[in-house]
Amino acid sequence: MADTATPTSDVDPGDAGSSVATIDDEHAPSDDHGDHADHGDHGDHGDHGHATSTGLSNNKLAMWMFLGSECLLFGGLISTYMLYRGRHSGSPTPNQLYNIPLTSVSSFVLLMSSLTMVLAVSAAKRRDDRNTNIWLTVTALLGATFVGAQVFEFTEFYQEGLGFTTNLFGSSFYTLTGFHGVHVTVGIIMLLALVGMLIRSRVPGDKAEVVEMIGLYWHFVDIIWIIIFTLVYLIPA
Amino acid sequence: MSIDTENHDDLTNDAGHSESEHAESAHGEHDEHGLSDRGYVGIAIILAIMTAAEVAISYLDLPGWMFMSGLLVLMVVKFVMVVSFFMHLKFDSKIFTWLFYSGLILAVAVYGVMLATFQFFSRS
Repeated sequence: MADTATPTSDVDPGDAGSSVATIDDEHAPSDDHGDHADHGDHGDHGDHGHATSTGLSNNKLAMWMFLGSECLLFGGLISTYMLYRGRHSGSPTPNQLYNIPLTSVSSFVLLMSSLTMVLAVSAAKRRDDRNTNIWLTVTALLGATFVGAQVFEFTEFYQEGLGFTTNLFGSSFYTLTGFHGVHVTVGIIMLLALVGMLIRSRVPGDKAEVVEMIGLYWHFVDIIWIIIFTLVYLIPA
Repeated sequence: MSIDTENHDDLTNDAGHSESEHAESAHGEHDEHGLSDRGYVGIAIILAIMTAAEVAISYLDLPGWMFMSGLLVLMVVKFVMVVSFFMHLKFDSKIFTWLFYSGLILAVAVYGVMLATFQFFSRS
C-alpha cells in the first residue's frame, strides 16, 4: 500500500497517531510503537490511532500471550513438586538441605534486578541510551549472580547426596528450579545481546518497545521465583 | 515507499511527548506510562521489606494457620505488585490483563484440581 503513504513533512504533528496508520505495511509494525502504541492504552487515555486491528502493539500482545502460556508450564512444574516433595524416602529431606539464608539473598538479588530492569525501560522511553545500557548491564549482572547462587546450591545438594534420580523429591525439585534457572539464563543472554545491539545501533523498530518486551520476560521470571521461594523453600514439606 | 525514521521519531516526539516532558516524568510522581523512577524505587523497597518479612515468618514459631496465611498473602501481594507496577499492567490496556490472568487462573484451576485429585490437601 505504498500509494497510501503520507510524507512526514505533510503530517500535522497533532495528528501523528492517525497518520502513522496510513504508512505502508512494511513499516507499520515498527512505526506503530511510538509513545502511543507502545502502551496500548486506548481505553484509558484516548484513541491515538494504530496500524493494528486491536489498536495495540502486536509484539506486546504476543508477549503477554506467551507469558500467560508460561503460567501453565510453571504451574505444572510447581504442582508436580508440591505432589512429590514428601517422596524423599529418608534422607536427605528438603528441610535438611535448604539453605534459607543463601536463597533469601539470591531472591533479594533477583527482586532488585526487576528494579534495575524497570529503570532500563524507563530510561529507554526517555530515549536515554546511556542509562538504558547501564541498567540493562546491571540487570544482567544481578541475574548472573542469581544463577551463580543456584549453581552453588545445586552443587551443595549433590554433595549432600541428592541427585536428579535419587528420589521423586530430587527429580521434581531440580526440574522446577532448573527450568527457572534456564529461563533466567535465557533472559541474561537476551539482555546482553540487547546491550550489544543498542551500542551498535542495530535494534530494529522502536528501541523502547524492544527493551520493554525483554523487561516483561525478565519480570515474569521474577514473579515465578516469588512463588517458588515461598512454596518450595519457606513452607516446610 | 519508506518513511524517514528520524523524521518519524521527531514527529511522534512532537505529537506525543517532548524530551523535556520525558525528563520531567522521570522525576514526577507518575505519568500515563507508569510510575516515576523514584516511584519504582519505592515499590522495590516495599517488596524487599515484604521479602524480609517472609523470611522472618519462616523462622518464627507461629501457629500453622498464621504461618501459612502470612506467607501466602505476602507472596500474592508481591506477585500482584510486580505485575501491576513493574510490568505496567495497571497502566496498560485491559486486554493484556485478561490475557495474562486468564493463563494464570487456568493454570491455578487445572493444577488445583490435579492436586486435589491426588489428595494433596488431605495429606498436608
